[in-house]
Amino acid sequence: MTDQVLYAQLLYGGSGIILVLLGLWSFLVHAALLRKLIAINLMGAGVFHILVAIAYRGIDTPPDPVPHALVLTGIVVAVSATALALAFGKRLDQVDD
Amino acid sequence: MIRPLEHILIPLGLLAVGGLLGWSFFLAVTGDAGERLAPIALARVPDSGVSNPVTSVLLNFRAYDTLLEFAVLLAALLGIWSLGSSGTGFQPAASVLDGMVAGFVPLLILSAGYMLWVGAYAPGGAFQAGALLGSAGVMLALAGHRNAGLPSEGRLRILVGLGVFVCALTGLLLMLFGDGFLTYPAGFAKWLILTIETAATLAIGATLAAAYLGGRPAAHPTTGETA
Repeated sequence: MTDQVLYAQLLYGGSGIILVLLGLWSFLVHAALLRKLIAINLMGAGVFHILVAIAYRGIDTPPDPVPHALVLTGIVVAVSATALALAFGKRLDQVDD
Repeated sequence: MIRPLEHILIPLGLLAVGGLLGWSFFLAVTGDAGERLAPIALARVPDSGVSNPVTSVLLNFRAYDTLLEFAVLLAALLGIWSLGSSGTGFQPAASVLDGMVAGFVPLLILSAGYMLWVGAYAPGGAFQAGALLGSAGVMLALAGHRNAGLPSEGRLRILVGLGVFVCALTGLLLMLFGDGFLTYPAGFAKWLILTIETAATLAIGATLAAAYLGGRPAAHPTTGETA
């Protein structure tokens, strides 16, 4: 049972780490603002994956609620930051024209 | 051709970062957990007024944090508004899309109410309900309603500030009565949490829909409306 929990945690956490790395790579390599924004969101999704994996404690036991609350907070902050960044990008485009 | 920075240095650095992250994650899940917050939080859930552990962490144990979260949403919207007015929006939808939207928006509002209520004892809560309300607004905007079904700017300002206002006011009133800031007295916790969550749901929904419009709402909300 504990092995199963560990494998699930490693699978989810490992995918989260891969998502973070892919996002970081895209953020560093691509110049376009929109691609950077998507990259940051991808990194955020990876971090949420890792937090949810840490909170997991088996299918029958309730998960650790503290990382779950952190993920909810993180999603809200990510959405607001993305919206603000999109508005900035739109305004920058208008100035360029 | 191979550019050394993009194709060699950055991937190597990322591999190193990934190795470090993977190693520390492995240690975190296999090693001795030590004193974690989960047992303390789960043990206190019955005192928190709601039986869903995530909601009790969000709205009771870490209510301070949630108040600041409402403030982040509000600050982002104010930032968007300060960058200029929203565009002209999409053109009015054809009858099929319009009919679908007319059917879905009431359903979304109903589900938001359900989500808000069910958050006390099952996954759900103010943020999920607010997201549903916000998606109703996005749907209206996509179907050509210029203000996404939001009220005029004066009322919208009250609506988007409601979450921060109610949460902070509750905290300050509790301080007046001798409890700490956002420390709920026993017996009242459920109703205080429900009040804050209701205000927060409305505020989050309005904020998300208004943020989707991408600027300050137009001066005449009635022009451009299809309904």
